[in-house]
Amino acid sequence: MPAPARSRRRQWLLLVPAVAPLLTPYANRIDPALFGIPFFFWYQFACALLAMLVITVVHLATREDGHE
Amino acid sequence: MSDRTIEVGIFTVLMAIVVLLGFGAARWRAPENPHTLEEWGVGGRAFGNWTIWFLLGGSMYSAYTFIAVPALTYGVGAIGYFAIPFAVITTPMTFLFTTKAWSVARRHGFLTHSEFAAARFGSPRLGALIAVTGILATIPYVAVQLVSLQAVLRTVGFGGEVPLLAAVTVVSICTFRSGLRAPALLSIVKDVLLGWMLLTAVLMVAMYGGWGSTFRTAAARFEATPNPADGLLLPDNAHLGFLTLVIGSALAIFAYPHALLGMLAAKDRATIRRNAAALPVYCMALALMAMLGFFALARGVRPVDGDLNTVIPQTIHEYFPSWSAGIAFAALSIAALIPAAVMSIAAANTFTRSLYRPYLRPNASAATEARVSRWVSLIVKFGAAALILAVDPAFSVDLQLIGGVVILQTIPTVFIGLLTRWFHRGALTTGLLTGLAVGIGMLYLIPKKDGTGRVVSEHFGGSSWQLDDGRSVYVGIVALAVNLAVTVAATLVLRAAKVPDGVDRTHPEDYLTDAGDPYLKRLDQLIDGLPRAEERPGPQRQHIG
Repeated sequence: MPAPARSRRRQWLLLVPAVAPLLTPYANRIDPALFGIPFFFWYQFACALLAMLVITVVHLATREDGHE
Repeated sequence: MSDRTIEVGIFTVLMAIVVLLGFGAARWRAPENPHTLEEWGVGGRAFGNWTIWFLLGGSMYSAYTFIAVPALTYGVGAIGYFAIPFAVITTPMTFLFTTKAWSVARRHGFLTHSEFAAARFGSPRLGALIAVTGILATIPYVAVQLVSLQAVLRTVGFGGEVPLLAAVTVVSICTFRSGLRAPALLSIVKDVLLGWMLLTAVLMVAMYGGWGSTFRTAAARFEATPNPADGLLLPDNAHLGFLTLVIGSALAIFAYPHALLGMLAAKDRATIRRNAAALPVYCMALALMAMLGFFALARGVRPVDGDLNTVIPQTIHEYFPSWSAGIAFAALSIAALIPAAVMSIAAANTFTRSLYRPYLRPNASAATEARVSRWVSLIVKFGAAALILAVDPAFSVDLQLIGGVVILQTIPTVFIGLLTRWFHRGALTTGLLTGLAVGIGMLYLIPKKDGTGRVVSEHFGGSSWQLDDGRSVYVGIVALAVNLAVTVAATLVLRAAKVPDGVDRTHPEDYLTDAGDPYLKRLDQLIDGLPRAEERPGPQRQHIG
């Protein structure tokens, strides 16, 4: 049984955490630093948090489709 | 008592506890019939949320990662940080694609990528080829775990061959007895110890001036070197190499046998989806470890005998309080032994299901399969140990690099194959072999240079291919692109020539199957007549998590 169209649309949100960590050419800078950590390094921490958030949202949004 | 005695004492006591736990693991939520490959190889596919999370953390975020990644940031700076974006992008991919892989594997009783390949494209030969590729790529991966273990043991003061062999023997016996349950149980212990180690590391950085001064000093040290490629930021010509390495490594995760194995042990699809959401916690732990490489650089830590893998153990030894250092060394050692166990189980399952059963003993019973896998897992571990003891350990690091390029060539079959079966089986075989030839050929042609740019050896000098304009690109991705182009072209040709294609034994709904679906239980009994299949999910089994 395929997931309903609405749930499928929500899955596209997963592209955000899949692409954000790859924007390193734009994240390749020292400032703004956080706790003394250059932007390039703490940006990936932010991406990891974003991934947790987006995946949780998509998981909750798509679980009523009968498979979860 | 001297600091050294406390450090070694705590380390030894923790390792002894771990050995006892590993032996006891066979009894942990033990099934009534432990002598099937389903039980030994994937823990009866009954692990809940927490167990899977620890097991995945244990098998993918290995000691090699925790030691080699900071060694890279220590040596070259920002480029070594590639492991973090790579780890982060695997998590949404896991959410989408591993659930599909889990469903189809659950429905058909697959334990390995190679079985899936054989069924999906109707070609046992393709399955066998994927199996051989997977096993060849896994053995050096086990070997580099043992290299990291050796680096830790050497720093603790247990140098030489005997301690390493002792550790391998002990973990082999645990795995032989308990199968996947041993690494799963030990992963929990490892994460507790590792959490302690990271906390100590953060406090230590704070005590020695904080991150600000760490990064400033590290930047000054990079300035002072003649190498233009190192530094806190990526040089302009490094972006292509960095991104292709990130993407290539992320894809490889979906092709390595051990990465799938942990996921197949999950009890249902929701377990995998929840785990995908929680896995970025490990990415942050790894990021912290990577930044510790800068701390080591800023404090001027010198590796033992010039071996960069000892940078982190040496930092721990010099800067941690001695009892905390003992805990950290135990954490890193267990972190090396767990993936070694999981990888050897995965390689053994691959051998049993895709080479032994189809070609040597077509009607092997479930008990025979489990026995064969047990022995093969031993061979894999001791083979890997022999590789680093008999040959130069640096050789296994080179082999692991080649392994990464090699395993990527199975992506069209095992990963894209989850989404489409458009490819012709003959085309996939041709593409795989072409990709392997191109990848290994390119690696062969890359000269190895030392820090000053002098050529040390003509061949196998890393995995970045230099382009004329100063940029570089990851060999694995180039070979994969050639592989895909050949696969597509050959599919068109074979279809036009009406060469018969294999029959797909999977159905679209198989990729959405979940535990508890009524036809799933019926099928379990049909497929391999597993004795315990009908009682799953039974009320008599308690799931943790």
